Amino acid sequence: MAEAAALLEVHDVTKSFGAVAAVQGVSFPLYGGEAHALVGENGAGKSTIVKMLAGVHRPDTGTLRIEHTDVDFTGPADAKAAGIAVIYQEPTLFPDLSVAENIAMGNQPLTRLRQIDRPATHANAERLFQRLGVHLDPTRPARGLSIADQQLVEIAKALSSEARILIMDEPTAALSAVEVARLFAVVRSLRDEGAAILFISHRFEEITELCQRVTIMRDGKHVATELVADLTVDDMIRRMVGRDLSALFPKQEVAPGEVMLEVSGLTREGVFRDISFTVRAGEIVALAGLVGAGRSEVVQAVFGVDPYDSGTVRVRGRSLKRGSPRAAMAAGLALVPEDRRQQGLVMELSIERNVTLPRARKLARLGLLFGGAERKAALTWTQKLQTKLGSLADPVGTLSGGNQQKVVLAKWLSTSPQLLIVDEPTRGIDVGTKAEVHRLMSSLAADGLAVVMVSSELPEVLGMADRVVVLREGRVAAVLDRAEATEESVMYAAMGQGAA
Amino acid sequence: MSRKLASWDTAIILLTVLVLIIASLAVDNFGTSRNFTFMVLDLLPIILVALPMTFIIVTGEIDLSVASTLGLTSSLMGWFWNHGLSIETIIPLCIVIGAVAGAFNGFLITGLGLPSLAVTIGTLALYRGLALVVLGDSAVADFPFNYTGWVTGTLSWLPWLDGAVPNVLILIVVLALIFGVILHATPIGRSLYAIGANAQAAHFAGIRVARTKFWLYVVSGAVAGLVGVLWTLRYSSARADNGAGLELAVVAAVLLGGVSIFGGKGSLPGVLAGVVLLTALQNALRLEDVSGQALNIVTGALLVLSVLLPNVISSIRGNWQRRKLRQSAAS
Repeated sequence: MAEAAALLEVHDVTKSFGAVAAVQGVSFPLYGGEAHALVGENGAGKSTIVKMLAGVHRPDTGTLRIEHTDVDFTGPADAKAAGIAVIYQEPTLFPDLSVAENIAMGNQPLTRLRQIDRPATHANAERLFQRLGVHLDPTRPARGLSIADQQLVEIAKALSSEARILIMDEPTAALSAVEVARLFAVVRSLRDEGAAILFISHRFEEITELCQRVTIMRDGKHVATELVADLTVDDMIRRMVGRDLSALFPKQEVAPGEVMLEVSGLTREGVFRDISFTVRAGEIVALAGLVGAGRSEVVQAVFGVDPYDSGTVRVRGRSLKRGSPRAAMAAGLALVPEDRRQQGLVMELSIERNVTLPRARKLARLGLLFGGAERKAALTWTQKLQTKLGSLADPVGTLSGGNQQKVVLAKWLSTSPQLLIVDEPTRGIDVGTKAEVHRLMSSLAADGLAVVMVSSELPEVLGMADRVVVLREGRVAAVLDRAEATEESVMYAAMGQGAA
Repeated sequence: MSRKLASWDTAIILLTVLVLIIASLAVDNFGTSRNFTFMVLDLLPIILVALPMTFIIVTGEIDLSVASTLGLTSSLMGWFWNHGLSIETIIPLCIVIGAVAGAFNGFLITGLGLPSLAVTIGTLALYRGLALVVLGDSAVADFPFNYTGWVTGTLSWLPWLDGAVPNVLILIVVLALIFGVILHATPIGRSLYAIGANAQAAHFAGIRVARTKFWLYVVSGAVAGLVGVLWTLRYSSARADNGAGLELAVVAAVLLGGVSIFGGKGSLPGVLAGVVLLTALQNALRLEDVSGQALNIVTGALLVLSVLLPNVISSIRGNWQRRKLRQSAAS
């Protein structure tokens, strides 16, 4: 294997978004003829690396080098011109164009009259598919292709632009075993032709099967780059998660009360299956798992914003009407959703209107909202949560991420819930606000609130939860007590590496 | 920035007042009580249909079928009258039929998830076609005078106003108040803005998005039915082509009044001013013997300006703020 010259080098690269450093001083080489795995927990900075290589983001500091020449991508077109092709988890083809046209998009062969040369377009596609050893009809429209076939089209597209560096961001997440095998056969043949592959996956068996080298990232930092042969899966996992639990989680010990929420056999076809767990008053139960394991989908079904096919949700022993957020709210549930911008807030509306949106009906007198009622309610809760804001009449979109999150929390806490569901409550907010949110959740639980917390951050899960329900591919992989839950046991369950 | 945009309706209100004052001073006969009555009668259909239209556009949807619903109820009114139904039965019946027409729109849009623009363009043709089936190109004219007279008449119990206040103004004021209060001071109104600005977040907040939209279309249809009745009574003529093209005047007035076509923004006072501005301007120009084509040009130009100006203002402000940010970052 060519130890000689790296085809691409990531050198001391740093990228921050606002106050959050997504990637800090990361370096690693990509060699031609080698598949290189990039692993790390959710939020370790893998996607940011991919986006910098794809020309979507520009590094704040540090350089990318291709064959010892510094490159500066001002956009995806530059990256493409430099021979980098990216295959995403969900390819973005033009559904109404043919497979061949998709492959030719951007550099169509032309006839002498500067018309698109259709026969040549199709012949090209045919040739590429032969080289990849796959059987796809170049003339069929891209609409209706399976994800796996779409990825093959993307790979063919990469070949047609003579890409030498192929970046694959969790390409196997949505594929069946057979499709994975076919994809790997294609990737192996490209690798053996001298291409450099950067492969991102959460599945260790795939990494050991396909890759020669692995780079491990944690919290935006580079941990190690080693030969895969020199590491065991255990080594990789330990290095991925093995951080010191420096952040303090102010977990208060509470004697759990009555059962508040009882979810049993909850199933939504193709999304999650047979999910059961209970939450008592005063308890914090975490739903852990990898992105795509179905955690958010489960809590959204419980709260009624999404449907489910079978199973039951009981609140204090009474079964909850499915598919009705309003019924859930009436039963004392509140959901702080994952996506603040799309689900949590109406960005254009004022802070005051956002806070009072779920309970405007309760604030109304004789059906009418007089100016004062909403303002008073909003003021009470934004002050309780120490939200930094100019005026309650400002659009909520003008606040910082952390303060927006506080507004979402204020919005739902003001409904006086008995069961609070929080989905990624500290995503994208700074450390100080994170600690405040943790303190708040802990004290709410101490006051007898039942809390369900979806979180991708292991320290948060381990620090806050009385119980951890680990989901994997839409099923409950493990239920761990506070004593049993360690970084390793949760990650093992989340990745399906043996029993916890 | 948003505060500047919000003040668009203040600006349009001031502009309307200004136009009214200038027209009363400069245009002969504009300020007479007789002309005022005519203006109110001209306003009547636009303003009433604009009330539910404002709600619908605030939620980010549209209803282009209103004028055809009006035509359909007008035709049916004539048909029912010819078939011997009493006017006291016909009027509520027409409103109900309007509501049913609206419910059909609402079902297609919220039940089947079709885009409102396409659906209501379709029913625009459908309802007008049905109107023609019902009445053909004939007209029914012999409605009882005590009803036609009420629509065109003025308040007799206010002698000191010298018969200047048309009866229908009461209807306009009452309905505008009801719609205004609902939009600006009730939980329903709050939910309409939330739906228009971010339907998903509204859903997550427990707002029943589809059901709310459905009922807006029912109300829109019912109001169109009522306006069909009033229109027929005003001209003493039930015809299939009554109110043709009204939907565009209504949408124009609503947008001129500062409601965002993308939903989530706007106010009812702004819309009322928009309607008054358009009507008064047309009335004044007509009194000055300006031709019909010129009238259309003025209306069209106003509409383009109303969409253009807020954007221009906000982009200028945006540039200015960015420049300031860059300067403060540099220093």
